[in-house]
Amino acid sequence: MSFLLGKLSWDAIPFNELPAMLAGVGMIGGAIVVVALITYFKLWGYLWKEWFTSVDHKKIGIMYIIVAIIMLLRGFADALLMRAQQAMAYGSNHGFLPPHHYDQIFTAHGVIMIFFMAMPFMVGLMNVAIPLQIGARDVAYPFLNSLSFWLFVAGVILVMISLIIGEFGQTGWLAYPPLSEKTYSPGVGVDYYIWALQISGLGTLLTGINFLVTIFKMRCPGMTLMRMPIFVWASLCTNILIIIVFPVLTVTLGMLALDRYLDFHFFSNGFGGNPMMYVNMIWIWGHPEVYILVLPAFGIYSEIVPTFCKKPLFGYTTMVYATACITVLSFLVWLHHFFTMGSGANVNSFFGIATMIIAIPTGVKIFNWLFTMYGGRITYKSPMYWVIGFMVTFTIGGMTGVLLSVPGADFLLHNSLFLIAHFHNVIIGGVVFGYIAGLIYWFPKAFGFKLHEKLGVASFWCWLVGFYIAFMPLYLLGFMGATRRMNHYDVAAWHPLFIIAAIGSLIIFAGIGFFVLQVIVSIIQRKQNQDLTGDPWDGRTLEWSTSSPPPFYNFAITPHVNSLEPFWDMKQEHKKHPEKYANAPKPVYEDIHMPKNTSIGMIIGLSSALFGFGMIWNIWWLAILTGAVMFISVLVRSFDYDIDYYVPASEVERIENEFAQRKLS
Amino acid sequence: MSKHNSNHGSLKSYIIGFILSIVLTIIPYMMVVHHSYSIDVIAISVVVIAVIQLLVQLVFFLHLNTSKDGQDNLMAFVFTFLIIAIIVSGSLWIMYNMNINMMPH
Amino acid sequence: MSTQVLHTHDNHHDHHDEEVNKKVTFGFWVYIMSDCILFSMLFATYAVLHNNTYGGVSGKDIFEMPYVLIETFILLTSSFTYGLVMLSAHANKKCMTMFWLIVTFLLGVSFVGMEIHEFHHLIMEGHGPNASAFLSSFFTLVGTHGLHVTLGLIWMVVLMFQVSKHGLMSVTMRKLSCLSLFWHFLDIVWIFVFTIVYLMGAM
Repeated sequence: MSFLLGKLSWDAIPFNELPAMLAGVGMIGGAIVVVALITYFKLWGYLWKEWFTSVDHKKIGIMYIIVAIIMLLRGFADALLMRAQQAMAYGSNHGFLPPHHYDQIFTAHGVIMIFFMAMPFMVGLMNVAIPLQIGARDVAYPFLNSLSFWLFVAGVILVMISLIIGEFGQTGWLAYPPLSEKTYSPGVGVDYYIWALQISGLGTLLTGINFLVTIFKMRCPGMTLMRMPIFVWASLCTNILIIIVFPVLTVTLGMLALDRYLDFHFFSNGFGGNPMMYVNMIWIWGHPEVYILVLPAFGIYSEIVPTFCKKPLFGYTTMVYATACITVLSFLVWLHHFFTMGSGANVNSFFGIATMIIAIPTGVKIFNWLFTMYGGRITYKSPMYWVIGFMVTFTIGGMTGVLLSVPGADFLLHNSLFLIAHFHNVIIGGVVFGYIAGLIYWFPKAFGFKLHEKLGVASFWCWLVGFYIAFMPLYLLGFMGATRRMNHYDVAAWHPLFIIAAIGSLIIFAGIGFFVLQVIVSIIQRKQNQDLTGDPWDGRTLEWSTSSPPPFYNFAITPHVNSLEPFWDMKQEHKKHPEKYANAPKPVYEDIHMPKNTSIGMIIGLSSALFGFGMIWNIWWLAILTGAVMFISVLVRSFDYDIDYYVPASEVERIENEFAQRKLS
Repeated sequence: MSKHNSNHGSLKSYIIGFILSIVLTIIPYMMVVHHSYSIDVIAISVVVIAVIQLLVQLVFFLHLNTSKDGQDNLMAFVFTFLIIAIIVSGSLWIMYNMNINMMPH
Repeated sequence: MSTQVLHTHDNHHDHHDEEVNKKVTFGFWVYIMSDCILFSMLFATYAVLHNNTYGGVSGKDIFEMPYVLIETFILLTSSFTYGLVMLSAHANKKCMTMFWLIVTFLLGVSFVGMEIHEFHHLIMEGHGPNASAFLSSFFTLVGTHGLHVTLGLIWMVVLMFQVSKHGLMSVTMRKLSCLSLFWHFLDIVWIFVFTIVYLMGAM
C-alpha cells in the first residue's frame, strides 16, 4: 500500500496465468496496431473533429455500435473458453481453466454481453434511427448524448483493463453478496465491476431521459403519438423503463460499494445486514432490464416486416397497447428470478402468475407480425431471414420461460443449465437477432452503401444453426441435473452433450466471422453497393426520405405528416400524380439552428475512467484529481453560453442540391 | 419575455403552501412528541399527513396542474408514483416473508 | 451578413427559446422522477433494515426531535424563499432575485451544517454507519439527501454568478427554473425523511 499507487503493485499483473496474459497481450497488441494505423494515416485530427467531439446523434450512434461489436468479440471469446473448458473437464480431466479464472470468465461474459454489448448496440440503433424517424434534427440534449457515450467508454476501459491489471469479479454477472462483500471477495475484481457499471449506468440513465424528451417533444408537426413508427413506440417504452430502473441499480451497487469501502452493513452477514435485500433490489432492476433490451428488438421487427412484405403493419393499435402492457407488467414479475430464496407460497404464486400473464401481450405481437406477412409480397433479403429466425427461436425460448414461471418447476430448474438455455434462447433469438437485423436494415442509411448480401445470409445460417446446436443440449443437461457455472463435472452422460454444445459455439463463431468478413468486403466494394436514392429497401417511414447518409442537419425542411406511413404514402402520391410534382416550386430554405461540437463529454468520460481506476486501486490522489477535473468540466460547460450556431440557408441549399443531383445520376 | 402563467405561481400560492406545510409539520410532530394516541393511530396519521403535505407542495410550490404544459409533468409524476408504490410495497412484502421464513429465530 | 440574418429571425428566436426552455424543464422534471425512484429504494432499504440494530441503538435512542423540527423548518422556509426567487425573476427584478437566492443559500447552508453536526455527534458517540444495518441505512438515506442539498447549494452559487453576469435572460431563467424544481423536490423528500425516519423512529 503506498500513497502514489494505492494497492497497485507488480503483483496486479497476472504474469503466472497464461490465458490472462495471452488475452492481455493480445488486447494491448490490438490497441497498439489501431493507434499506429490511425497515426500512419494521419487521422487523429479528423477523428477528433468529426467523431470524438461530435454531438451528432448519427455519429454517436455509429460509435456506440462499433464499440458494441468489439465487445461482442471479447464476450464471445469468453463463451468459447467456457464451452471448451466444459467440453473437456469431465472426470480426471480438469480442463485448462482453474476455478478462480473460470469464475472470472463467466462473470465477465455476462457483464460484457449485457452491459457492454447489448445495451450500447441498442442505444446506438436508437441514436441512428429515432431522430430521423420522427422528423427531428437531433436528440433533445446533444451534449448529454456525447457525455453518455463517453461514460459508456469509461466502463469499457475499466472492464478491458481488468484483464491485465488486477482481476475481474468472480461472483457471476450480478455479484450477489455475501460473496461480493469484502470478506469473501477481498480483491479488486468486484470493485472493477462496481465502478464500470456505476459510470456507464449514469450514461444510460442520461440516454433514457434524452430519448424520452426527444420522442415526446420533438416529433415533427402532424406526427401524433399514434402515428409514430413502432420502433419509436418501443424505444419510448424502453426509455421509460431505463429512467425508472437504473436508479435502482445505482442504489444497489452504491450500497454494495459502501459495504466494501466504508464497512457499512447493508448486505453483510453480520451486524444486521440482509443479503436477500440485494437480490430483491438487483432484480427490481434486472427484470425490466431484459425488457429494455428486447422491446427495441421487437420494434425493429415491426419496421422490417412491413417493409419487406410490402404491407402496412397489421394491428398497429394493438401493437402499441401490447408494448405498453409489457412495460407495466415488467414491474410485477421480478421475484421469479429468486423463487427459491424462500419467500413462501403466497408471494411465489403472485409473481408466478404475473409472469405467465406477461407472455400474452408478447404473443399478440407475434401474431401481428404473422398477419402482416400473410397476404404480403415477401422479399427474402437478409433482414427478413433474421426476422423468421427470431420468430421460431424466441417463441421456443418464451415457452421455456413460461415453464420456469411455475414455481414448483423452477425449484428444480433454478440455476440449472435449463435456465441458461432459456435466457440465451430469448436473448440471442430475440435481442441479438433483432439488433443484427436492425444493423443490416439501417446500415445503408448510416454509411451510404449496403452490406454484402450473400455473406450476410451465410452469417445468419451459422448463427441460427450454431445457436440450436449450442443451446438445445443445455436444456437436456438442465433436466439431467447439471448446474450452471461449473468448471468440472463427474457425470458421464453429460459429456457428449457438452461436446455438442462446444461444436455449436464454433458454428456461431463462424457466423461472427462471416459478419466481420461481410463488413470488410462491403467496405471494399462500397462503390458497387452505393445507395444513391436514400431508399434502398423501398421503405415506409421518414428516415428513408433523407439521403444516405443524411446531411448533418437531417431535414432541410421539417416534414409535416398526416398519416402513419408518411414516406410510403408520399411515394404512392408521386407515382399516381407525377405531373403535380414534376414542376414543383423550388423549396425555400431557412437558417438551421445546430449545436456546436464539444470535447467536454469526452473529457468527463475519460476522467471518470481514471476516477474509477483510482477508486478501485485506492489511489486516492488520482480519484480526487479526476473528480475535480470532472466537476470543473461541468462548471466550464455551465458557464459556456456559446454552444450553438446557425447554418446559413445558402449552405443548406447547396447540400440539398448535391443530393438531388446524386439521386438523378 | 413572454409569460406562461401555468408553470409559475403567485405570491399567494407560495404563502398558502408555506403556511399549510408549517401546520402539516407541527401537527404530526405534536402527536408523536406528546404520545396523544395509540401507536397505530399515530403511525397512520403521520403518514397520511405527510402525503397531504406532499400534495400541498406539489400544487403550491411545484405548480403541478392539468394545463396542456402541465399534463406531461403530471403524467410522468403519476406513473412514477405508481411504480414507487409497486416496488416499495412489493419489496416490503417480499422481505417480510423472507425474514419470517429464512432468518434465524 | 450574419447579424442581418439573425435580425430578421428575432421572433423565431423568442419562440424557439421558449420551446427549448420547455424541452429542458420537462427533461429536468423527468430526471427528478428518476431521483424519486432512487430515494424510494433508500427508503425501502431503511424500512427493511431499521429494526436491525444488532443490539445497539435504535432511532428512539438517538433522534433529537426539537433539533430535527428546527432543521425541517429551515429547509421548508428555504423552499418558500426559492419561490420568492422565481417570483422576482419572472417580474424581472434582478436585485430581488439575487437577494432571495442568497437568503435561500444561507438557509440551505444552515440545514447542511445542522445535519453534519448531528452526524458528527453520532459518530463520536460510536453510533456511526459501521455499527449496525440500521445505522448504515439511516446515514445513507439522510446523507444522500444532504448530499443532494449540498450539490443544490453549489449550483445556487454558480447561478448567482451567471445571473449577475448575464442578467435574467432566457438561458438563466431556464436554469433558475430547473434549480427551482430541484430545490422544491428536496424539501418534498425531506417531508418523508422527517416522517418515516424521525417521527416514526421516535415513537
